[in-house]
Amino acid sequence: MGRLTSENVELAREIIDRYPRSRSALIPLLHVAQEQDGWVSTEAMSHIAELLGLTPVEVLGTASFYGMFKREPVGRYVVSVCTNISCLLLGGEELLEHCEARLGVKAGATTPDGVFTLEDVECIAACTDAPCLQVNYRFFLNITHDEVDRLLDDLRAGRRDEEVPPHGTLTRVRPRVPAERWSGHGAEGLPVLPGQSR
Amino acid sequence: MAVSDAAPIISTRFDQTDAHTLDGYLRTGGYAALRKALAMTPDQVLEEVKAANLAGRGGAGFPAGAKWGFLPEDVFPRYFVVNGDESEPGTCKDRPLMERDPHQLIEGLLISCYAVGAAQAFIYVRGEMALAQERLAIALNGAYAAGYVGKDILGSGWSLDVVLHWGAGAYIVGEETALIESLEGQRGMPRLKPPYFPAAKGLYMQPTVVNNVETLSYIPWVLQHGGEAYAAIGTEKATGLRLFALSGHVRRPGVYEVEMGTTTFRDLVEAPVYGGGMRHGNALKAFIPGGASAPWLYPEQLDLGLDAGPVGAAGSMLGSGAVVIMDETTCAVRAAWRLVRFFAHESCGKCTPCREGGAWLEKIMRRILDGYGREEDLDLLLDVGDNISPGPFPHPASDGEDAVPFPFKQTTICPLGPSTVSPVYSSIWRFRDEYLVHIKEGGCHHG
Ligand SMILES: Cc1cc2nc3c(=O)[nH]c(=O)nc-3n(C[C@H](O)[C@H](O)[C@H](O)COP(=O)(O)O)c2cc1C
Ligand code: SF4
Ligand code: FES
Repeated sequence: MGRLTSENVELAREIIDRYPRSRSALIPLLHVAQEQDGWVSTEAMSHIAELLGLTPVEVLGTASFYGMFKREPVGRYVVSVCTNISCLLLGGEELLEHCEARLGVKAGATTPDGVFTLEDVECIAACTDAPCLQVNYRFFLNITHDEVDRLLDDLRAGRRDEEVPPHGTLTRVRPRVPAERWSGHGAEGLPVLPGQSR
Repeated sequence: MAVSDAAPIISTRFDQTDAHTLDGYLRTGGYAALRKALAMTPDQVLEEVKAANLAGRGGAGFPAGAKWGFLPEDVFPRYFVVNGDESEPGTCKDRPLMERDPHQLIEGLLISCYAVGAAQAFIYVRGEMALAQERLAIALNGAYAAGYVGKDILGSGWSLDVVLHWGAGAYIVGEETALIESLEGQRGMPRLKPPYFPAAKGLYMQPTVVNNVETLSYIPWVLQHGGEAYAAIGTEKATGLRLFALSGHVRRPGVYEVEMGTTTFRDLVEAPVYGGGMRHGNALKAFIPGGASAPWLYPEQLDLGLDAGPVGAAGSMLGSGAVVIMDETTCAVRAAWRLVRFFAHESCGKCTPCREGGAWLEKIMRRILDGYGREEDLDLLLDVGDNISPGPFPHPASDGEDAVPFPFKQTTICPLGPSTVSPVYSSIWRFRDEYLVHIKEGGCHHG
């Protein structure tokens, strides 16, 4: 835990190479760290600083701006209930209260067994399917209180592992560019194709 | 009731389960527009997009072709950035485009990059959208492997790399200069315009185009059918189709692709194929016509067409294409407070009026909701708002009083500051009596 594994260092190098300037890889690398450990530790930020030639505080400065980067451990499942306007109109606050009662923690807290962290979040772009929530950024739309109960039970029992990977994993399919298809950081000028004139 | 018979353009694959695979996309006509574009010169492609009069769908509504025309001649490299950060409350139309038809976006992006001579493209997806990231990754991997993206695209000799990038939770990063800062690995704080218009000084201080996901998703059709065919849909000024996210107290909330100009807000709410009427047959109280930043409109404005001009003249905006319907059971104070809480939370903190003013607006509204409000608080709220957006603040006409048209003025670097004032001003302007009930009785009958 902490520094990136050698496998992730390799992945980090691959990501850095995609950008014209290495610092652009900072947020992607913080996601790699969060996928590895479930949160972003000080050690991980220092390691990322080394990889990018930045100071640790530059990395922290960026990381601390973005709400998804958790700088202390969170539950295996982060449950994010939207209470913004469209959800508010259709029971978002009641949904959050129900989750609080069911999990026995207030929004912002983690259950003592470390399984769930509950969050009261801003609009998650599912407004036409209110009320709604995300678990580790997977959507559960038009959800009833009974369905929430079943979902939380299933998650705790490991019955949704296929659908919901542990916190930190976003896409499970990594962007892959075959080396022979990569053209680099581009041409200087408007394209002129064979047979065309400008 | 005017329900347009114009065929949908960008939502045609929403029910297709495999459109994110290359096979699924090719089977339904995918990448034909790219082949067509590559047989044209970049300037010819640009002319088609200009002729389409395709307004940007991210919020500001600036026509895409005209925007590309602002790139300074002969300054290279140029970059192209797709804004997939969708987080304006009420808005959920870019997410389905990325999840259900990612190749359409990639094809639109490729054509656009060819037209402007971009050296490299970046698709910036909102961090919280895991499925969109996954579907775009699958689509991009497929397109790379088959030669649609990368080196020597389709054997044309033209090359372009597309990088899939995602954020990490910050609404303000949707603002285009903040998006660029974020893509450079910085805190997502907006830059001052001028001088930092992306077309002039964007990513790495090079000329950069930032376009919204929906804007780019229309490009393949525009190329296939021609700019004029697109401009012929809708009305002269409000051209084409657009996705509207209709949410709140209607029977059928949903994302609908509707004809601009000829369709009205009333059609959206009442037509059986759209909203299907108010939930429980309740009366409409107010609606937000263009995302949380937009000043509210009321039942008298329902017959306005979906057209930026008249909506602006009536004191609001079409913004991000998010229409939020509030019926008579809604507590206006609570709804406004929730929106203010959002903006106060999302302020990046760069400008004092937004950072401090937003925080105070939230606290005062919260105090009123909690039953500790004072009558003077209403003037105080308006005064704090006036420091962020010097009045008169946009609102519709009423009782012999003229409308104050959009846009709002701002003392801040970006429009997030004045957006905080929208719900405050709109609710006090129309529902002052509800505030007074809260202040005098400590609560209201809306519960
Ligand atoms: C506070 C704020 C948030 C914004 N959020 C978004 C967003 O999430 N997505 C988007 O496309 N545009 C957003 N915009 C608008 C962008 O700055 C920019 O105008 C747009 O991406 C340009 O693309 P278009 O011309 O295709 O509309 C936002 C603007 C502001 C001021
Ligand atoms: S208006 Fe608010 S969000 Fe925009 S730059 Fe200023 S402080 Fe940041
Ligand atoms: S308001 Fe809840 S998802 Fe948009």
